[in-house]
Amino acid sequence: MSLIETHSLTKRYPRVTALDGLTVDVEPGIIGLVGANGAGKSTLIKIMLGLLDRDDGAVRVLGLDPATDGEAIRARVGYMPEHASLPPDMIAAEFVTHMGRMSGLPKAAARERASEALRHVGLYEERYRQIGGYSTGMKQRVTLAQALVHDPDLLLLDEPTNGLDPAGREAMLGLIERIGTEFGISVVVCSHLLGEVERICESLIAIDGGKLLRADRVSSMTRRRDVLAVEVDEGADQLLTRLSGLGLDVVRAGPELLVPLAGDETFDQILTAVAELDLPLHRLDQRRHGLAELFADVPAEVSHG
Amino acid sequence: MAELSAAGRAPAGVIHDIGYQRYTGVRLGRGRVVQALFVHSLRTAYGLGRTAKAKVFPGILVGLGVTIAVVAVAIRTQTGEVEMTYLQFVDTMGIPLLLFLAVIAPELVCRDLRSRVLPLYFSRPLRRSDYALAKLAATVSAAFLLLAGPLLLMALGGLFAQTGGVHGAWHEVTDFLGGLGYAALTAVVLGAFALPLAALTSRRAIAAVVIAVGFTVTTPVVGVLMSLGGPTAQQLSSLANPVSLLSGLEAWLYRDDRVDIGDFGPLYLLVAVALVAVSTAALLTRYRKVAA
Repeated sequence: MSLIETHSLTKRYPRVTALDGLTVDVEPGIIGLVGANGAGKSTLIKIMLGLLDRDDGAVRVLGLDPATDGEAIRARVGYMPEHASLPPDMIAAEFVTHMGRMSGLPKAAARERASEALRHVGLYEERYRQIGGYSTGMKQRVTLAQALVHDPDLLLLDEPTNGLDPAGREAMLGLIERIGTEFGISVVVCSHLLGEVERICESLIAIDGGKLLRADRVSSMTRRRDVLAVEVDEGADQLLTRLSGLGLDVVRAGPELLVPLAGDETFDQILTAVAELDLPLHRLDQRRHGLAELFADVPAEVSHG
Repeated sequence: MAELSAAGRAPAGVIHDIGYQRYTGVRLGRGRVVQALFVHSLRTAYGLGRTAKAKVFPGILVGLGVTIAVVAVAIRTQTGEVEMTYLQFVDTMGIPLLLFLAVIAPELVCRDLRSRVLPLYFSRPLRRSDYALAKLAATVSAAFLLLAGPLLLMALGGLFAQTGGVHGAWHEVTDFLGGLGYAALTAVVLGAFALPLAALTSRRAIAAVVIAVGFTVTTPVVGVLMSLGGPTAQQLSSLANPVSLLSGLEAWLYRDDRVDIGDFGPLYLLVAVALVAVSTAALLTRYRKVAA
């Protein structure tokens, strides 16, 4: 069964179209939802939770329609909103317990699972402290714990690394990866930082202006898109023409030419072309993480790792 | 250290990790979730499950109500005279009750608005209206309990103090139930009036002032009409303020003659019902709009 399925999903606000005929079909796993701010990520999440109505198209989450079964979906989904929003004067364990009860757990089960959730996010020792005294990273963990407390089938995380320092980001990403792989819970991670989510995600959905740019499994994207980056001090245009003439799908990215790597003969083709044109070769290297180039048409902020 | 020796035997050196357990137990429906939110909010109003600081104010008011009730019972046992009826007790608690509402209504709604915790509620099974109505029910119930507790004390004391035998006891019980009804009416009208005012802002202090102003701003209107208006204006004047509205209702329902409302009793009831309905509608509208 598909985890999330949308078909021509459209949402219009008075002044802007947030989602414009979005069609995706997502398998369970860790899914990265990338796009610049305002690309429609949060709108998509709110529609999936049944908090916003769509204008057109269809959407199914866990096989249910959010417009009619929003309640059932929300009972099985955990949501971590973009901005940490927690009552500062509450004790973390009590807050997470309360949110567990709000998800329908009986009292004793809520208390037990709140402790467990806080343990899994690494706050076991500190769980009886007031949230107000926590660092930003700890607050983010509490927000994650409250999304996890009722053992959801799907976690929706909106910019979970926002406001964290590099170490905090690493820890949060590691945690998300564990949830997706060891806990058996599917995770959708929203981010405007592609480089951040590509490491932990099994598949990626890139949207821009409410439209789908690309959706695929990360493994197939990287395999297909290993590229050679060629940089010459002058005559880049000549080289581009020559390589294109050889039937290679060359893309220009700033001072570099990006050539899809088909095999060892690609190296030979490029080197021969450079030699024949007598160009000063500056650099020739192979890129394994070619994802950023995949989204070359995504605004700079997105492809920035 | 104990953990170290345990770690030596644990595989892969992970001490705490016993792995993730899926939850297979019961999941309660929306109704039970709303009920849990109601109980949680009611406890919050009295500072239960919260810091000692949060218990001080509700504690003072509960103490005040109980003290009045105990003194009333004591006087009655000593002198045999009923110095304070159940209805009079509710009236006496008028100002403390307003203070209580001005503090607890912001406590119940402003904290959630201020810490932007509402998206966490609305992404769960309960609906926006469920949240608002649970908070309203908790406010009204908290106000009712502040009155009902001491009333019960007075009733117990009264049952021992009364000398009319079974008939007297029955009379005591009906009086008590009458007082309880008036307390409920007071709690519903004032609670429903206070909560949407509190939900206007996320700042508790401002909300408290807004509620205090809301309760008192029309008091001069009542006063002016009462002293300057004709007989009809005087009888209608108490409609202008939620507190005097209740006095008017009391006069009609319990044939109390302290406030003269003429034959306008049904109108008072109608206005009270309308006030509660409009306040509740305003509260629901507010929560339909609030950002999630």
